[in-house]
Amino acid sequence: MLLWGLFKTFCIIGLVSFGGGYAMIPVIETEVSRNGWMTTQQFTDAVAIAGMSPGAIATNSAMVVGYQTAGLPGAVVAALGMVLPSVVIILLAAVFFSRVHKNKMVQSAFYGLRPVVVGMIIYAAVKLGLSNGMMSSISYYSVSAFLLFALSLFALIRLRMHPVYVIILAGLVGVTLYS
Amino acid sequence: MKTDLKLLWGIFLVFLKISPVTFGGGYAMIPAIERAVVREKKWLKAEDVTDVFAVAGSVPGAVAINAATFIGYRIAGISGAIVAMMGVLVPTFLVVVAISLSFFYLKDNPKMTAAFKGIRPAIVALITFAGYKIWKTAVFDKTTFVTVCVTVFFLLVLHVHPVFIIMCGGAAGVAFVNVKEKLGYATRLDEPKTEEVPDIHYFMGAGI
Repeated sequence: MLLWGLFKTFCIIGLVSFGGGYAMIPVIETEVSRNGWMTTQQFTDAVAIAGMSPGAIATNSAMVVGYQTAGLPGAVVAALGMVLPSVVIILLAAVFFSRVHKNKMVQSAFYGLRPVVVGMIIYAAVKLGLSNGMMSSISYYSVSAFLLFALSLFALIRLRMHPVYVIILAGLVGVTLYS
Repeated sequence: MKTDLKLLWGIFLVFLKISPVTFGGGYAMIPAIERAVVREKKWLKAEDVTDVFAVAGSVPGAVAINAATFIGYRIAGISGAIVAMMGVLVPTFLVVVAISLSFFYLKDNPKMTAAFKGIRPAIVALITFAGYKIWKTAVFDKTTFVTVCVTVFFLLVLHVHPVFIIMCGGAAGVAFVNVKEKLGYATRLDEPKTEEVPDIHYFMGAGI
């Protein structure tokens, strides 16, 4: 029953995962907390694990959520649920209209989808920031966490540091600051 | 039938080898796929793969998995599509499970708890960075700017389900373009190209 729930949920998410990647974080987060599978903080850690692994972040997050809720079978059904809609749609596109990206209707839809994706990512950042105590009242943790956030962003944008290094460095800083 | 199986196994192996290099998924795979499929194996011609990545970004799902599926289909039909997709998925699946497993055993370790306390703000930064990257290609006129603001308001204040918002976004895009056309405004539809260092572009993963 849990496996079917995971499969069904990630199938729906896979169907709307335009832009893949980080745009799907709020969608997965909403579903995961609605079903009571994880708290937002546990989900942040799941995204961290997904970000440390090679491959697409949305599919990886789905696997981590599946694994932590129902073990190996959970990871398998979550991954399959996530890729099934894309595989079906890409095959349909390959067979019937291989120039789908030149279609004016599709291009117009993306004109609206792209800013929506930006809005969803902003929402995800705010929500995860709030639930991890980064924006709560002034304390040792909230101030240091905000500094870590700002430094990470600087490293990503200005220093063009690889995301995996940013995660590892932040982990090392965490060990020094919070042990 | 024997050669068919040999070809399918070959496709699986090629995508299996490409998969682990694609950190963050997506466009990092393009040059690797092209080299393997067109130049080394000569399964397809260069013009057969040029369209693939545009299509892969126009349908739901991760670009890497979509591109592999599409190219697999062009080489060997539906079974080719499935083995190529599995080739990309299996290595990342194993890595994710291995890291999840170690996290599961270590999560009560005080050092691990401290590390994740530091990692969480970095994850928020990573998400903000992803938003910043797409902002540069997605927000280029008043309509798209207002759409971003409305989306954030609907999600944060009205708690509308994100899946519903995505569907509205697609429909709104079609409506905007048509209304603007009736009013006599032109809308730029192609995704603007940003001058990015290629090694950073992969990170966003997908086409938008």
